[in-house]
Amino acid sequence: MTDRISDAFRFDQQALALRAQRQEVLSSNIANADTPGYKSRDFDFRDAMANALDARMRLPETRLALTSARHIPGRAAVAQPADLLYRQPLQPSLDGNTVDMDVERVEFADNAMRYQTGLTVLSGRIKSLLSAMQQ
Amino acid sequence: MPLTSIFQIAGSALTAQSQRMNVSASNMANADSVAGPDGQPYRARQVVFRVSPGDGRPYGGVVGGVQVAGVVDAPSPPRMTYDPASPMADERGYVAMPNVDVVAETVNMISASRSYQANVEVLNTAKSLMLKTLSLGQ
Repeated sequence: MTDRISDAFRFDQQALALRAQRQEVLSSNIANADTPGYKSRDFDFRDAMANALDARMRLPETRLALTSARHIPGRAAVAQPADLLYRQPLQPSLDGNTVDMDVERVEFADNAMRYQTGLTVLSGRIKSLLSAMQQ
Repeated sequence: MPLTSIFQIAGSALTAQSQRMNVSASNMANADSVAGPDGQPYRARQVVFRVSPGDGRPYGGVVGGVQVAGVVDAPSPPRMTYDPASPMADERGYVAMPNVDVVAETVNMISASRSYQANVEVLNTAKSLMLKTLSLGQ
């Protein structure tokens, strides 16, 4: 029963986690707007979401059991859900910084709004499950 | 947790930008200081920013906050002003004035305060997102 409930919430949980991660990357861009040589980073949310939903089929953090000191430790690489990409600068500055403050702030506000949308949807699902339980 | 590390990232940017404003204010205030404690004219200083890599987080090595890597002296030569009446004048009547570019410092100050404001906005957004997350399901 409980695993079916967590299954029901998994999609929203993944989406919120990725939104929060993207918010962190964007806040780092804004913080480093004056750092010489800093390259503006971002990731594609659609790809990241597809990877994250696909990743739950894989075994996380798989290691080989070592029974002898001469065994070579083997470990399955756990990929990050999203590859960080570089933003194409519209107006690169002379010190090598590619942060465009307007773009970053628009993306930041947009991402914050989508995070809140995700929260609202998740909250509605929790409420409907709760009311189903109370019937 | 990404939302809490936003506080750390934006907070480090606030610290760095306020240090930049501090240095800029010192430059402006000493734009006419002919002699410092060592008897030499004041030299303009600039802060150098660098990314402080967050450790243990996803993307920790790539994205992170800001830190001030150091404060360097501006390399430009002192401004020579003709003022034979000054006690600091050399034998030709010139006084070495600080190499402070007041216009550039003003621009620097405005830029730093705008960046500071942007990071305060980031902090406020992260805070409101977090509070909304805490009240989830109620």
